[in-house]
Amino acid sequence: MAEFFGRLWESRIAVAAVVLFAVGFVTLLLHRNLLKKIIGLNIMDTAAYLLLTSLGYIEDRLSPIIRNGDVDPSHYVNPLPAGLVLTGIVVSVSVTAVMLALTVRLYRRYHSLNLDEIYATAQKEHGV
Amino acid sequence: MAFITNIPLFSIVLCLLCSVVSSVLPEKAARRVSLSLCAVIAIGSGTLLWYMIATGTPVTYLMGHYPHPWGNELYFGILEPLLGCLFSLVMALCLLGGKKQLSADLEDGKRHFYYIMCDLVLVALLALTYTNDLFTGYVFIEICTISSCGLLMIRQIGRTTLASIRYMIFSLVGSGLFMLGVILLYAITGHLLMPNLKESIAELWEGGQYRTVLISAMCLITVGLAIKSGLFPFHFWMPDTYGYATPASGGILSGLVSKGYIFFLLRVIFRVFGTSVFYQSGVSHVLYGFGAVGIVVGSISAMREKDVFRMIAYSSAAQIGYIYMGIGLSPHLGVLAAVFHILTHAITKPSLFLAAAQISDAANGTERGAWHGMAHRNRMAGLAFAVSAFSMIGIPLTMGFVSKYRFAVAAFESTRLIVPTLTVLAVSTILNAWYFMRVVIRLYEPPKTDADSAPVHNGASYTVAAIAFLAVNITLGVAAEPLVHLLERSISLL
Amino acid sequence: MKRKNLLERFREWDEDRFDLTAMTAGELHRKEPVKVQKSPIPDRPVERLAEGETRAFRRIFPVLAAVLGVVMITFLLMTVVDLPPFGAADVPSDNEVVRRYVADGMRETGAVNVVAGVILDYRAFDTLGESHVLYTALTAVLILLLSAGEPSAKKDVGSELLHRDGIVTMTASVLVPIVILFGVYIILNGHLGPGGGFSGGAVIGAGLILYAIAFGSSRMERILNLRSFRVICLVALCFYSLSKCYSFFCGANGLHTVFSPGVPGRILSAGLILPLNIAVGTVVACTMYGLYSLFQRGRI
Repeated sequence: MAEFFGRLWESRIAVAAVVLFAVGFVTLLLHRNLLKKIIGLNIMDTAAYLLLTSLGYIEDRLSPIIRNGDVDPSHYVNPLPAGLVLTGIVVSVSVTAVMLALTVRLYRRYHSLNLDEIYATAQKEHGV
Repeated sequence: MAFITNIPLFSIVLCLLCSVVSSVLPEKAARRVSLSLCAVIAIGSGTLLWYMIATGTPVTYLMGHYPHPWGNELYFGILEPLLGCLFSLVMALCLLGGKKQLSADLEDGKRHFYYIMCDLVLVALLALTYTNDLFTGYVFIEICTISSCGLLMIRQIGRTTLASIRYMIFSLVGSGLFMLGVILLYAITGHLLMPNLKESIAELWEGGQYRTVLISAMCLITVGLAIKSGLFPFHFWMPDTYGYATPASGGILSGLVSKGYIFFLLRVIFRVFGTSVFYQSGVSHVLYGFGAVGIVVGSISAMREKDVFRMIAYSSAAQIGYIYMGIGLSPHLGVLAAVFHILTHAITKPSLFLAAAQISDAANGTERGAWHGMAHRNRMAGLAFAVSAFSMIGIPLTMGFVSKYRFAVAAFESTRLIVPTLTVLAVSTILNAWYFMRVVIRLYEPPKTDADSAPVHNGASYTVAAIAFLAVNITLGVAAEPLVHLLERSISLL
Repeated sequence: MKRKNLLERFREWDEDRFDLTAMTAGELHRKEPVKVQKSPIPDRPVERLAEGETRAFRRIFPVLAAVLGVVMITFLLMTVVDLPPFGAADVPSDNEVVRRYVADGMRETGAVNVVAGVILDYRAFDTLGESHVLYTALTAVLILLLSAGEPSAKKDVGSELLHRDGIVTMTASVLVPIVILFGVYIILNGHLGPGGGFSGGAVIGAGLILYAIAFGSSRMERILNLRSFRVICLVALCFYSLSKCYSFFCGANGLHTVFSPGVPGRILSAGLILPLNIAVGTVVACTMYGLYSLFQRGRI
C-alpha cells in the first residue's frame, strides 16, 4: 500500500490530471444543465492537456528554444507534447464555440438550459 | 515513385480548397462544386485503386521531407482507395437524391453552408482513411464531429438542435476518451506514427512492461471510437440524429460518418495494436459481446417504432452491431465480413433514407400507418425501399445476403463462438424481416381510392440516385466473389 | 435579503435554482409565448420521455454520477501508477524522435523555436487540419447564429451603452494599439521565440473585440464585415493549403523546395514557417472576432 501511494506521489501531476478528467467526463455525460456540461467538457480537455504537458517535462532542462546555437538534446525538454497541446487547445476552443452556439439556439427556442425541461417542452409542443 | 500515388494528397487538399472556396459562392455554385468534387475524387480514387491492385504493394507517402517516426505520413493499400471511392460516390448520390428535401429544409441564405460541411465531412473521412499517424487521426476526428453536427443542425427546427446537442455530447465524450488513450500510448512508447507504435507495443507486450497502461489505452481508444460510431449501449443518440436530419444528411451520417470511425478503428487495430496483441488482450471479446447484444437490442427497438425514419435509424444501430461483432470475432474472416458489411450498409442505408423521404412526402406522414399503398403512387421510391429493405434483411441477390453469409462463414473460424453467432444472426434476421416486411407489405397494399394511386413525380436527380444505389446493390449481391477476393487481399495489406 | 453562506450558494448553483432568465435581456423573457415553427416536411413524433422517468433519473443522478466517477477514477489511477515517473530523464518519450527534433531541427527547418519547427514542418499535416477545425467551427456557428435580415438596434444595446462611457473608450484607445502590435510581434516572432500564429492571432482577436466593445460594432463593421471577413479567411486558408500541398508534394517525390531554411535567428528565415504563421494568425484573429460578433449580435 505504501508503495502504491509512493508511486502515486511520483506521478502526482498525472494523478491530478486523471481525477480532473473523470470529474469532467462525468459532468459532461450526466449533468442536466447544458452550461455545466460545457464546463465539464473544458475540464476534461484541460485535464488531458495537463497529462500531455507533464509527459514532456524533464527536470533541470530548458524550454525547447535553441539558445546560443546549443543543440544538445539533453539540455532541452521534449518539444513534441507542447506542439500537440497547441493543436488540442485549438480543437477544444472550436468545439466549445459550437456547443455554446447550440446552447444559445436551444435557449432561444425552449427558454431553458436544463435538458430535461427542454425535452418536456419539446414533447408538449410536438405532441406524441 | 509513380505520380499516381500523389492522388490521396491531391484529393485531401482539393477538398479543403473546395470547402473554403464554397464560403464565397452562392448556393447553386457551391452545390456544383461539391458534386464535381465528389466525382473527381471518385475518379481519382478509382484510378489509384486500379494501380494498387496492379502493383499489390502498399505505399507509405511522406507528408513533407521527413519519414516516420519524425514526420506525418499517409499509408494506403487496396482498401483505402476503395473506401475513398465509395465515400465520395455515396456522398454524391445522397446530395443528388435528397435534393428536393434539401431545398425545403434549408434556410435561405444558409444553403451554401450545407455544401461546405459536406466537403469538410469528405475531407475528414479521406484523412481518417489514409492517415498513418494517430494524432492526425484525432484532429480529423474532430473535424468530422463538428462538420457532421453541422449537417444535422442545418435543418433548423427545434428538435434537430436538440438532437445535435445530444450527438455532439456523445461525440465529445468519445473523442475525449480517444485522446486520453493516444496520450497514454505516447507516454509509454514515445511515438505517434503507426508503424513505430506497433513495433514498440509488440515489444512492450512481449516484455510484459506497462501491461495495465497498454490495456487501458486500448480500451479507451476502442470505446471512444465505438461511442462515436454508435455501438450499443451508446446508440441512444442515433434515432433522433438520423431520424430528424434532412434525408441527405441522414444518409451521409449513417452511411458514411460512422463507417469512417469504424474503419479508423480497424486501422488502429491492425496497424497500431497489432492483431495478435489486440485479440490476446480480451478487448475483442468485449466488442463481440456488445456488438451481438446491440444487434438484438437495436432490432427490438426498431420493431417498437411507428415512425419509419426512426425505425431505420434503430436498424442502423443493429447494423453497427454486426460490424463490431465481425471485428470481435476473428482477425481474418470476421474482419472480412465486417468490411463487407461496411460496404453493404454504406450503400443500403442512404438508399433507404432517401426512399423513405420520397414516400413520406407523397404520403404526407412519416408513420407506417400513412404509407398504405404508396408504392403505387411512387413506383421508383417504393422499389428502392423494398430492395434496400430486402438487402438489410439479407435476402439472396442483394449485398445484405452476402454479408450475412460471410458472418456465418466467419463464425466457424472460432469453435467457441459458432453457436452464439449463428443464433444472433438467425434472431436478428427474423426481427429484421418482421419490421421491414411490415412496411414493405403496407407499401404494396392495393390503393383504397383512385386518388391514392395518382403517380407522383420524383425528379430526375432522385431517380438517378435510386437507380445507382439499386444497381450497385444488386450487382455486388449477385457477383460478390471478385469483391470478396479483393477484400481478402486488401485486408492482408492493412 | 439574507446573506447566504458559500455552501448554500454552491448547492443552489448545482441544483439549477438560480434564475438565469432574470439576468438576461428582456427579449428572452420566459413569458413570451413559444412560437412553433412549421417545417415543410410533416412533423415526426417525439420519443416519449415520461414525466416519471425524468424524475426517477433525477433522483438516481447523484448516485449514478458518483459511481461512474469513482469507477473511472479508480480505473485511471491504476493506469497512472504504471506510467513513467514525472520529470525523470529516461522516460520512453525521450527518444530518437525528440533527439532529432532538437539536434537537427534548427538546421532542417531554420526555426530557433523547436516547437514551431515541429508543428509547421515535421508534423505540418496535423496543423493543416487544425486550422481547418477552426474554420469548420466558425461555419457551424454561422449556421446556428447568423440572423437574416436587417440588424435590430436592440441587440447592440450593451456595447452602445459602453460606447458612451468615457473610461472604457479612453482605456481602449490606449490599449487596443498596444494589444494588436503585441499580437503582430508574437506572430512575426513565432519561429524565433515563444509564440506563433495561434497565440498571436488570439491576442489580435482580443484587441479587435476590445475595440468593438469600446467603439461599437458598427464602427468595426466598416473594416471587418462578413464580406471582407470571408475574403480574408479564403485567401489565408487557400494560401496555407496550397503552399503546404506544394511542400508535401516535393517532400514525397524527393524534390527540393524553393523555400530554404535561411540563416536561423533572422526574421526572414525558416522557409515557409513565417508566412504560414501569418496566415494562421490572420485566420485565428478573424475567427475570434467573428465568434464574438456572432454571439453578441448574430452577424459579423
